Amino acid sequence: MEKFTREAVEKLSAALHEPQWMLEFRLQAFDVFASLPMPTTNDEAWRRTNIRRLKLDEIGPSVNGDAATNAEIPPYLNQQLTTDKAGGNLLQIDGVTHHYELSDELKAQGVIFCDMHTAVAQYPDLVRKHFMTEGVQVTEGKFAALHGAFWRGGTFLYVPKNTKAAAPFHSVLWNENGRTFTHTLVIVDEGAEAIFMDEYASATKDEMAFHNGVIELLVRDNASLIYAGLQDFGANAWQFNHERARVGRDGKLDWVTSMMGTRLTKAFQTMELDNVGAWGRMSGIFFTNGNQHLDLDTQQNHNAAETVSDLLYKGALKDHSRTVWQGMIKARPGSQKIDGFQANRNLMLDKTARADSIPGLEIEADDVKCTHASAIGRLDQDEIFYLMSRGIPYKTAVEMSVQGFFDPLMRRIPFEGIRERIFGRIVEKINA
Amino acid sequence: MMTALEIRNLHVSIGEQHILKGIDLLVKQGEVHALMGPNGSGKSTLAYTLAGHPAYEPSAGQVIFGGRDLLEMEADERSRAGLFLAFQYPASVPGVTLAKFLRQAINSRRQAENPDDPGISIPAFRRLLTEKMDMLGIDHKFAGRYLNEGFSGGEKKRVEILQMATLEPKIAIMDETDSGLDIDALRVVSEGAMRLKEQLNMGILVITHYQRILNYIKPDFVHIMMDGRIVESGGPGLALHLEERGYDWIREKQGLVEV
Repeated sequence: MEKFTREAVEKLSAALHEPQWMLEFRLQAFDVFASLPMPTTNDEAWRRTNIRRLKLDEIGPSVNGDAATNAEIPPYLNQQLTTDKAGGNLLQIDGVTHHYELSDELKAQGVIFCDMHTAVAQYPDLVRKHFMTEGVQVTEGKFAALHGAFWRGGTFLYVPKNTKAAAPFHSVLWNENGRTFTHTLVIVDEGAEAIFMDEYASATKDEMAFHNGVIELLVRDNASLIYAGLQDFGANAWQFNHERARVGRDGKLDWVTSMMGTRLTKAFQTMELDNVGAWGRMSGIFFTNGNQHLDLDTQQNHNAAETVSDLLYKGALKDHSRTVWQGMIKARPGSQKIDGFQANRNLMLDKTARADSIPGLEIEADDVKCTHASAIGRLDQDEIFYLMSRGIPYKTAVEMSVQGFFDPLMRRIPFEGIRERIFGRIVEKINA
Repeated sequence: MMTALEIRNLHVSIGEQHILKGIDLLVKQGEVHALMGPNGSGKSTLAYTLAGHPAYEPSAGQVIFGGRDLLEMEADERSRAGLFLAFQYPASVPGVTLAKFLRQAINSRRQAENPDDPGISIPAFRRLLTEKMDMLGIDHKFAGRYLNEGFSGGEKKRVEILQMATLEPKIAIMDETDSGLDIDALRVVSEGAMRLKEQLNMGILVITHYQRILNYIKPDFVHIMMDGRIVESGGPGLALHLEERGYDWIREKQGLVEV
């Protein structure tokens, strides 16, 4: 089995027939990776997530030839988002494209929607300019660097200036071989609009699986993006993600994250509001059970005046699971008249579960409105009794109440089929 | 078959406090009973106990509903058997729309009868809901709103009666449905309840402080409750008598006045 070595980087890049610049990018990232120590609980960002048991040597990269050619994929993952034909549909297994379609209408609009490797080969200028340059940086941490060196698979979306994408995009990244390093890069150019549903999933297996992903969302001036990252990996997966969005002048980003799966997730999610009038909303939906551990680090960076951010992360917890949400709103000097909000609400379904909720503010401007809230609650017994008093059995009443807890966020996902599926997973977990 | 709610010597305590001290009451389908009494006499405790709230544990007595032991049934079974409580303070259920909630309530009934029942179709449900909303003068927009969240007192009461109209109980308990209602809302709500009584031959137990709801929902029997007991029962005249003279004459009669 291949290890995380310099030779493996070269081998992977050669197998993917990559241009020299990408190989060099990977090798530089590898050097950063090699120079950084593994994070420990002594590092502030990792204080609540212990990864001592993670042995990178026992995992190794996903090199060519080891991708599964055949996988049993839940049929829903190939379903269309809407009753109309979806605009862009992409299914990958272990970083290799298995199904791809892009409507003629979108092609005519000049939209680019394809897997990341195709993008490197066919649109080198665009990719080279934006791949881990202004979004996530390889120097951000051990796992960002690891990803830079060994990334494989993922999706590239480019919507040209003043183009309102005629239909939504749907990507499904399925993992079968237990090692996945997906990269999502979205560029919505000035005045353009797009909706993108990005799904990550795998089945639960016995041995440890590993996901090391990066998501970069670049929303230019006056552009608008609705993006949902929907994670439902098997309960054997350990996930390490770096995600960053940038929003330009009067741009709009509606960013939804749903996390249902994994044994352990550590994700850094940062939104940069770069210019006047930028608006960004971050919505988090998560449900942990068993011994799941989910640690989400969010940042809302107000880098300019008159920017608005609105974050609401909601989690339900069962059994011995644990979640951490650590949020930060930063207002750079001079970013006056900004409005920043962050809230985290957790619904504890068992006394044995534990949720840490840590909001934070770093304000370097003097005329700002920044607020935060966090709450931990239990099922409201009056609510359950009320539902039961109308003939609804206890089990159904609990399911409704928990679904209700998530409903306001769920409404931000603009597809009924996806909402129903996530609600279905929530019910499954309640009754697990 | 005629269904009756028969309460026999019911005692209920909450914690150390003995609240109901032996209630006997028989409400048959088609009858209207008014239960009146001052604050703290145990009226709402009776309502919650009958509806099956887990915090209200009967310590003695029996309640027979449609030939079954009501106190052995869970709250949802009681509802499906045809008992309805219109709450004085209905809970709000954020995230669950009124339509979703009512559709689930209907489907739970159907599925209790037949687990394979696919439930009421969306068009059929929409027709039913629209018809009932129109009867009670409820804006159709409420169907898509989260249940009771941000509803005014009057809106909540109307929505309670809407639920009653949709679920068609055999016996309905209306716990201070008149409180917080202006006179127009009171009329709409009361007329709605009376129409259901006529249509379904529903029995009603109206819990109230005041005569005014009884101008619309005319009782066949009036009971006065004090300190956890029904101390006086009579015809409709009893309520009027109470309106004129207050509760003191009953206290005197019962020897409850501290001299």
